[in-house]
Amino acid sequence: MIEIRRLFRTPWLGPLLALCLLYVLFTALAPDTFARQSNLLTMLRQTAVVGIAAVGMTFTIVLGGIDLSVGSAVALTTVMVAESLRAGMGPVSAAAIGVLTGGVLGLCNGGLVAGLKISPFIVTLGTMSVVRGVAKGIADEQKIDADPRGLDALMRSHSGSLALPPGVWLMLAATLFGLGLLTYSKLGRQIVAVGSNAETARLCGISLPKTTLIVYGLSGLLVGLAGVLEFSTLTVGDPTDSVGLELEVIAAVVIGGGSLSGGQGSASGTLVGALLLTVIKAGCTHLGFPNWVQEIFTGFIIVVAMSIDRLRKRAR
Amino acid sequence: MSDGAAPALLVALGLSKSFGATKALADVQLALQPGEVHALLGENGAGKSTLLKILAGTQKADSGTMELAGLAYAPSTPQEAQALGVAFVSQEPALCPDLSVAENILLGALPGRFGFVDRKEQWRRAGAALARVLPEGAPLPDLAQRAGDLGQGDRQLLCLARALAQAQCRILILDEPTSTLNSSEAERLFSVVRELKKGGIAILYVSHFLEEVERIADRYTVLRDGKFVHTGELAGTTRSELVKRMAGRDVHELFPRSARTPGEVVLELSELSGKKLPISASLTLRRGEVLGIAGLLGSGRSELLRAIFGLDAVKRGTLRVKALVGPATPRRRLAQGVGLLSEDRKGEGLAEALSLGDNITLSKLESLGSFGLVSPARRDAIARGYLSRLGVRARGPEQLARDLSGGNQQKLCFARLLHHGTDVLLLDEPTRGVDVGSRADLYRIIDELAARGNAVLMVSSYLPELLGVCDRIAVMVRGRLGAARPASERSEHDLLLEATG
Repeated sequence: MIEIRRLFRTPWLGPLLALCLLYVLFTALAPDTFARQSNLLTMLRQTAVVGIAAVGMTFTIVLGGIDLSVGSAVALTTVMVAESLRAGMGPVSAAAIGVLTGGVLGLCNGGLVAGLKISPFIVTLGTMSVVRGVAKGIADEQKIDADPRGLDALMRSHSGSLALPPGVWLMLAATLFGLGLLTYSKLGRQIVAVGSNAETARLCGISLPKTTLIVYGLSGLLVGLAGVLEFSTLTVGDPTDSVGLELEVIAAVVIGGGSLSGGQGSASGTLVGALLLTVIKAGCTHLGFPNWVQEIFTGFIIVVAMSIDRLRKRAR
Repeated sequence: MSDGAAPALLVALGLSKSFGATKALADVQLALQPGEVHALLGENGAGKSTLLKILAGTQKADSGTMELAGLAYAPSTPQEAQALGVAFVSQEPALCPDLSVAENILLGALPGRFGFVDRKEQWRRAGAALARVLPEGAPLPDLAQRAGDLGQGDRQLLCLARALAQAQCRILILDEPTSTLNSSEAERLFSVVRELKKGGIAILYVSHFLEEVERIADRYTVLRDGKFVHTGELAGTTRSELVKRMAGRDVHELFPRSARTPGEVVLELSELSGKKLPISASLTLRRGEVLGIAGLLGSGRSELLRAIFGLDAVKRGTLRVKALVGPATPRRRLAQGVGLLSEDRKGEGLAEALSLGDNITLSKLESLGSFGLVSPARRDAIARGYLSRLGVRARGPEQLARDLSGGNQQKLCFARLLHHGTDVLLLDEPTRGVDVGSRADLYRIIDELAARGNAVLMVSSYLPELLGVCDRIAVMVRGRLGAARPASERSEHDLLLEATG
């Protein structure tokens, strides 16, 4: 009984229901195209980049932080991967460089937040611009063509086959990793503690700077991975890519039950949030709605999700 | 000390601590025996909190020595104090609302290997820690429950359990532990304290409720105005003696008192209750009168003023301000000429980042020009008038509010009420954090206001001030407001007795 009650209190149950409802709705409205299995596959693939970056953002938001530099970091990562490939590196080392790029950027954000005690919103608002500039500088303000040497296979699904591309598997793995980390690991529980009440956490011997650094670093690695997948989709390094991606990523976390004041959020909820955003976009496209309708609809869903969450909390 | 048998567990001698020019502690001593409950007594502002903070490692003494079990003790962080066995449970339970009960208890020392939490071990240890702070036979609360969903009493127990679980606890400091508890929760806490005492732990117990102290404590130490007054056995000490030691000050301050003539009733409450506090308050306030409200922190005095002003909801009872019956919004109240001076000057009272001129005119911008425009020149002229009239020490109207001292900031708050033209003033701790010189100025302002036919309702924790400034005084006890009686018939002693009853 207690278990069932607890299930009903999981904050992402509502978004999950909304996801299912929307899926059924779009299936009913566009049975010929939307319901096709290949469309399901496409939607999963379209979610991968946001989904992976959003797992990292979940850590950051649960800690009570925020990262606005995600879009710029993804763009820089695609540039770094392309440059590495062009320099003659193999696909594995190029991908590793991409992931590490994200990690280093994350550590910089974390270091600034922890060291200078500036609010993460301001720090990452700054690094958002800095990183975008660095990406454009390295790429000389142009797209960088490079032979992907098989990296493009990460996001490719073979025609006729319904096997999931590796990128989707990576997204699921990242979600599982995030779920496990936040629920079962000491680090994860310490992250929740800091986000929930930083003073108490400090009193109990948890180092705030160390936790901040680890969280932003870890989150950065996941952003780097998302950047590698973005390169795999684009097959070029594009310094102007993913502008505004961070807002979509934050929306996914928040729809999935994350609280911007910290302490709340889960990787599973975040995945639901990311999928919800994709389904809305895909559904609108299949119904032939113009882009602006889709944007209005997405914004609407975010606000509705937040109001429901607020009511739920007040009822407690 | 009467018994020299047991060696003291903790001895503090000659502790002093200053904040700027104010001496919070001066040459204070304290000795705790193992297995005793030691009450720390004193009025608000007597220096109890500072002493606790020094013991718990959140602040360092300027001078003085402390010894714990014969070894020098000078913790620089709370963690260090905890590691040495000195645990502090604050008045407001500090916990992480989003973590489970078990995690909150073991936070900082979660059991497990390879970075993973060993949940079984966690349940076991947390359960054992909770069992220590529960009366025998009481059922364990759900360890997996979210700590934020617990009631106040359970939160307190959780913090107690954590304090005891974190290290070999030798000294437990409880700061006003019952102030947020109902009576059955308080009873449960008392039985826990008795159990812990049997285990040889020394408990330093801070409480305003003397009746409670008499029941639970063995010995006591009294502080007054930052100085050590007395330490002794509670057995054989009367409550009246305790109160005398706490209050018995000899302060002669200037309380000007002009001839005041009570006029029409402008505020009338009948069994007013708010959402939580106050529970029941009835009073009448006339023009030309200063009515004081005494009481302990958390007794519901501020909440009463906020309910009258419309900041907090009114649940039951009747409320009449001038001709208007019933609750109203702050905007409406201001239009009626009712003004509130907040006890939280930095948080509510002032816009610290704005200039003095902005702060004074904020509630009545329409006086600064027509058609929705404000004239900076007129604003500064008006502000200059009030600054000189109230004796605010400032460079000029363009200076920022945050740069002023506490006393001058408070005068600024008064200036806003005056500029708005309020004639019913609700003052919440008008002299908190204000130096003596500015206090005298504020008393003069209040007296002038009353003499000119304004009505003043004033909450204060500083009893000499209430006795000196007010015409009548009522006491709030746990949300209930007693009858207002003439200040001339009151004394510090009897106010304190009523407030702690």
